[in-house]
Amino acid sequence: MRREPLLNAAVFLGLLAVVLWAQAMDEPFTITLATRVAILALAGVGLNLALGLGGLVSLGHAVFFGIGGYAMGILASHAQSYSPLIEWPMLIEGTKSMPVIWLVAMGASGLAALGIGALSLRTSGVYFIMITLAFGQMFYYFAISWPAYGGEDGLSIYVRNGFAGLNTLDPIQFFAICYVILGLALWLFSRLSRSAFGLALGAARQNGERVMAVGIAPYRLRLVAFGLSGVITGLAGALFADLNRFVSPTMFSWQTSGEIMVFVILGGVARLFGPVIGAAVFILLEHVLGGLSDFWHIYLGAVLLGVVLFARGGIIGLISGREVRHD
Amino acid sequence: MSLILFIEQMLNGVQFGVMLFLMAAGLTLIFGVMGLINLAHGSLYMIGAFAAAWVAGMTGSFLLALIASLAAAAAAGALIELTVIRRLYDRDHLDQVLATFALILIFSEGTRWVFGSFPLFLEIPPYLSGPVTLPGGIDYPLYRLAIIGVGLLVAAGLFALIARTRIGIQIRAGEADREMIAALGVNISALYTLVFALGAALAGLAGALVGAIQSVQIGMGEPVLILAFVVIVIGGIGSIKGALVGAILVGLTDTLGRVLLPVFFAQFMTPQAANSVGSSLASMSIYILMAGVLVMRPSGLFGKA
Amino acid sequence: MNLKTLAMASALTMAACAAQAEVKVGMITTLSGGGAGLGLDVRDGFMLALEQSGRSDIEVIIEDDQRKPDIAVQLADKMIQSDKVDVMTGIIWSNLAMAVVPGAVAQGKFYLSPNAGPSALAGKGCNKNYFNVAWQNDNLHEAAGAYATDATFLNAFILAPNYPAGQDALTGFKRYFDGNVAAEVYTQLGQTDYAAEIAQIRDSVADHVFFFLPGGMGISFLKQYADSGVKKPLIGPAFSFDQGILQAVGDAALGVKNTSQWNKDIDNPTNAAFVASFQEKYGRLPSLYASQGFDTANLLISAVASADVNDPDAFRAALKAAKFDSTRGDFAFGNNHHPIQNIYVREVIKEGDVYTNKIIGTALTNHADAYAPECKM
Repeated sequence: MRREPLLNAAVFLGLLAVVLWAQAMDEPFTITLATRVAILALAGVGLNLALGLGGLVSLGHAVFFGIGGYAMGILASHAQSYSPLIEWPMLIEGTKSMPVIWLVAMGASGLAALGIGALSLRTSGVYFIMITLAFGQMFYYFAISWPAYGGEDGLSIYVRNGFAGLNTLDPIQFFAICYVILGLALWLFSRLSRSAFGLALGAARQNGERVMAVGIAPYRLRLVAFGLSGVITGLAGALFADLNRFVSPTMFSWQTSGEIMVFVILGGVARLFGPVIGAAVFILLEHVLGGLSDFWHIYLGAVLLGVVLFARGGIIGLISGREVRHD
Repeated sequence: MSLILFIEQMLNGVQFGVMLFLMAAGLTLIFGVMGLINLAHGSLYMIGAFAAAWVAGMTGSFLLALIASLAAAAAAGALIELTVIRRLYDRDHLDQVLATFALILIFSEGTRWVFGSFPLFLEIPPYLSGPVTLPGGIDYPLYRLAIIGVGLLVAAGLFALIARTRIGIQIRAGEADREMIAALGVNISALYTLVFALGAALAGLAGALVGAIQSVQIGMGEPVLILAFVVIVIGGIGSIKGALVGAILVGLTDTLGRVLLPVFFAQFMTPQAANSVGSSLASMSIYILMAGVLVMRPSGLFGKA
Repeated sequence: MNLKTLAMASALTMAACAAQAEVKVGMITTLSGGGAGLGLDVRDGFMLALEQSGRSDIEVIIEDDQRKPDIAVQLADKMIQSDKVDVMTGIIWSNLAMAVVPGAVAQGKFYLSPNAGPSALAGKGCNKNYFNVAWQNDNLHEAAGAYATDATFLNAFILAPNYPAGQDALTGFKRYFDGNVAAEVYTQLGQTDYAAEIAQIRDSVADHVFFFLPGGMGISFLKQYADSGVKKPLIGPAFSFDQGILQAVGDAALGVKNTSQWNKDIDNPTNAAFVASFQEKYGRLPSLYASQGFDTANLLISAVASADVNDPDAFRAALKAAKFDSTRGDFAFGNNHHPIQNIYVREVIKEGDVYTNKIIGTALTNHADAYAPECKM
């Protein structure tokens, strides 16, 4: 068997194993950490769709993360204060039901992705990177100065939202929700990358003109990919807001965009489990290195530098080689 | 708003733009010649400011401080070019982003380790402080005029360098076709190190000049870095002229936006609301400008498509 | 995210053999990045008080929130779930406090704030487990307004960044300023170039300027204002004039009036000893943040000495009683667990080579905050 699928299975099951062990040892914080890994990995899977499959380097993906988070924040805060969102033309009340919030988060970020994508995809290369960054900054400054939902102070949601039949405040049950969603997203990514759509997208990434010569429009492919990618990252944002029971404009910042990108690159761009491994390693490093010294960022930087310079293809590339699938 | 105030605000916008130009010039050179996205440019700005503050504190001379900032930033630039950047030319933008992001972490914490967590002191020298009266009755700070002067001198110098000197020809040729000039016998490695160090020195100079009227602290480079990227994108990557035009455009938009938008909204909103909305829109205005330019001209104003 | 566990025993002075830590304190504060100076001061003041108490039964776990709300929440979760702390403290910034405090106090943990005092937690969101040892965010701005009125200024030009703390600052100032507001300007958060605003100040009819620009923003503004030649007097809260910032601003700050609940020359034995010992141990003068950290620790120690942390009602009553020697003199909490205290007016002066502040008057006496009536405790 080739190494990559083995590695993927090991990582996926490993995450679950860590959580079960933590449950047995009564270490709820480790479960919370693992949930964080799962959610950030989900955001990375979304980015990977645009970045890895589509070759679209979006430095503003935090926009969708933030939109998802604020969708959750706005709906939940209206529910917890028993006041409706809008009363005219139709009554929209808040809600604390997770599935509804997810739908709204995905819808909102998907729409935003289509809008931003429509404008940004007219550019390419570093200009694309910068225009996506610009949109991220616009949302960030807007969120800071919008007093209705806390501005820079953010919004606190006191109780986690509800999912029918589960006690979501219990760390392991919330982890289960995030883990299942991550699994679904990974499955979707895997199917997509092997589908006709995915193949065409990959071809467009490698050579747009050739694809046009065959009669496929790269712009439309990329727009769809960007839209889907926004949807997934938006869902991650809603879950993240639920995990922290807090939403703030930092979710829109370019530093957040940068971090999500770091996970994906660290794990291995375009690799199925790249974001998962990248998120896990990054968070692990933050914890381990943090104990070494006050200036642990230096060590983190050194490790990242080492990975870039000497481990092309990220961690997965390091472990399972840069083999190309031909099936 | 009186005419005098408006002209003063225009001057402010130009001065802010010139400050951005110093940062953006180095960045656009590096990107244009070497095709490299350098997120660590903000750190070089910070190193220049810290070096200047330290030397000024020890010697009391602003001039020495400026020279120190140029030297320190150029040295840091050359060092990272030789050790890290050199390996990134053939890699794609993603790897460059990650590597230079890692460099930011190392530089920021490294500076904090050497200089501590509190901001440093750097002040305008007495012979440059205080306002002067311009024709028309406008009182304008002398130091800001000096910055505009320095910026325009640097711009002229860069134009001359690129257009009139041998190095300039090599740089322009390198922007057009890297492999060809290597084949023609130009020492590409030395050229790249030189260009990188030059860009770094410009950033360091900007840091020192700006540090005197702002705050010399860890992380001071990141906000400017974002703005510098916006400038070079608007102006077109690789073009010094574009960097200058883009920088002044951004400076004017930001300054005039901050000043005029609240006034505009006050026409039909309460002052409190007008201030809030105007101020929010003002902070978004530069990005709206950039998005607008890119949608119309996807390679920037003077960029090569 | 530092996993530095600082076991605070009397290991410094006595043979501290495994005295079982009775009270666990979780301190989440900012120790890295641009705003680290404030967190370091709070931590240093807190630990100094603990060291001087000689107690071996208080264990402090210190973590760095890097000024990020999600990291702060994560650290809070760790401290509550994993480390099983009894009391939490340390947060500098209001947005991080709003992310952490409501959840923490809802889970029964005590929170003693050494700095951030958002209005939500002083009014409607007040909680029996939340105590603020520093001030409510508006207090210093209200004092500035009161001082401006006393100094017979008639026309104010006020500016602050466009975020909740900035908006609260201007609201607080206006609440106590009886004159006319000639202009109210919101700058961008993180803005460093104030030429445009200074030009507006020069052009306006205002006779003084009130500004709230914490951290690097204030440093930039002060330097640029001094260089511009505009002579209108400046007033601000202590946040732009604390000991850590003054050295970076230099002469540009001399003569500026600022309001604070503490200064090193407040005349009482506790304060004198605090300033001397802080300077001796850390080699720098303490700022108001350090004094707040010091007072928070002493409040905690006074409660630990008189009640058992495992009896929440008794411990809470002990905290509320606040029977400790504060660097500010007498100390008392209002009904919403925020201090009722004097706010002084200080002027920036130079003592030898060092820039510092000197009290020149009292702006507000026995001042409570404006949100106390909304608190149903």
